[in-house]
Amino acid sequence: MVTEALAATSPMEQTARPLMQVRDLRRSFYGVQALNGVSFDVTPGTITALIGPNGAGKTTAFNCISGVIPPESGSVTFEGHDITGLTPDRIHGHGVVRTFQIARGFPTLTVLETLLLHGEAQPGESMLTALFSPGTARAREAELLDRAQIIARRLKLDHVLENLTDALSGGQKKLLEIGRALMARPKLILLDEPVAGVNPTLSLEIAERIQQLREEDDLTFLIVEHDMDVVARICDPVVVMAQGTTLTQGSFAEISADHAVQDAYLGTRS
Amino acid sequence: MLSWLFSVATFAGIYALLALGINVIWGMGGMINLGMAGFFALGAYASALATGAGALPIPIGLALAAVLAALAGGLLCRLTLRLRGDYLAIVTLGFSELIRLIAANEIWMTNGSDGISGIPGPWRAELSPFQFNMLSCALVTLAVLIVWAMTERLRRSPWGRALRAIRDDDTAAAVAGKPITRFKVQAFALGAAILGLAGAFYAHYTSYIAPDIFRPLITIYIFLALTAGGTGNSTGAVVGAIAVVAVLEGSRFLEGWVSVLGGVEKAALREIVIGVALIAIMQLRPRGLLPETPPGPFLKRKDT
Repeated sequence: MVTEALAATSPMEQTARPLMQVRDLRRSFYGVQALNGVSFDVTPGTITALIGPNGAGKTTAFNCISGVIPPESGSVTFEGHDITGLTPDRIHGHGVVRTFQIARGFPTLTVLETLLLHGEAQPGESMLTALFSPGTARAREAELLDRAQIIARRLKLDHVLENLTDALSGGQKKLLEIGRALMARPKLILLDEPVAGVNPTLSLEIAERIQQLREEDDLTFLIVEHDMDVVARICDPVVVMAQGTTLTQGSFAEISADHAVQDAYLGTRS
Repeated sequence: MLSWLFSVATFAGIYALLALGINVIWGMGGMINLGMAGFFALGAYASALATGAGALPIPIGLALAAVLAALAGGLLCRLTLRLRGDYLAIVTLGFSELIRLIAANEIWMTNGSDGISGIPGPWRAELSPFQFNMLSCALVTLAVLIVWAMTERLRRSPWGRALRAIRDDDTAAAVAGKPITRFKVQAFALGAAILGLAGAFYAHYTSYIAPDIFRPLITIYIFLALTAGGTGNSTGAVVGAIAVVAVLEGSRFLEGWVSVLGGVEKAALREIVIGVALIAIMQLRPRGLLPETPPGPFLKRKDT
């Protein structure tokens, strides 16, 4: 099954210039070294996976890349710009958008409001414009509304647009996470466990959705995921992390044959 | 009697302004501000001094009060940006006491604990007390309407939407590309401006202010009003403020009926009534009389 899935994805072009370069990221918390030199590239048009056992530092790496936690050293370069340690909203402005592992909705916002919130360049987010010139905000809102409705339809969320995000099912929350990332017209989407806690049927559906978005919208994904079926099906290359460092990188077939990777997951063989 | 009603309505309007101001900071922005009395005092003193010693016209005093309170609010918010919850509550409470102590001690400017009397009111000399109460009531009501309309418009706007998102989860909002510092400082400054404006109205209406008026108790009353009315809902803020003033003033009549009690007990009755009313509301309507609901789409959705 794994090999069939691999054959379905096109071989990626290693020659392309990387979209994002992560070099030697380091970060510790109270003396515990969570990231101990993380380096990898994300090539445009790929769905790159970041896998590794629990505690390997995958989510910390995401936090450092997206600006939620500043790294202590190392660098993140996106499209040639150094985005290391910028604030999350600046990094978002570069076109790098992330989702959260536990779908972090805004409980008092509806699904539609959540999508609209993630639209960029809304002049109505300036207090004075909102107060004294709501017309300019409305014009922009109309464009964002069209986009939100198209995205909702693609993710099959169009029938729950008026619901509060708190009232969604787990799977719908995961889809909304992807939807909010799409609203921002991103270049690179970081997905933190997009199918964790979702039933197998829906997780395949989400995986297909991601693949479809890559093809139709020319998007690049970096995905942290534990579900190896999904990783095998849609991700190439796969970057393996263990104990805060990047261990190796390759196609799923390559890394699953790698002894070092097996050790990292199962513990060192005696 | 009618004159008294206008006077009560004026106070209700001032309380409604305070509740609207707190609603922007706490209800819409999720930042606790126990320093409300400080901004109230700042506005009152600013306008009293500008129109009294400074001999400026009252409208300029009102504007000055709002601007000064906004600056103080923006600065306080900027300085306390990393604090949240209990810690922000303590710092803001400290700010309010600071303003009160300055008012009590900088005698050259504020006349200390004797307070400032003879603050000009609009056409106070020309009008009878009844007419003056009526005019004040009308002006304050107008101010409440304008501020209510402004905050409602903001709540429905993309700005209000982003602010609600920040209130719910500021990390996720930052990742969504929202500059949270700007939003928080703006919301705090706007709320503080409304509180300052309320202070100016209070000063010009009562003609007398002193540091003792701006004790933290009034902050508690306003939080009560907002909680009872519905946190996050501008209409709820106004309704809650009117309800609190109605209970505060109405309990006078209650004192007349309960003849077995002595004077001290009668005075305590007021607090008891307010406390019981709040417990009843929280039991029956935990989110207030008018709970916050999503404001509805900023723009109507076309069905496609």
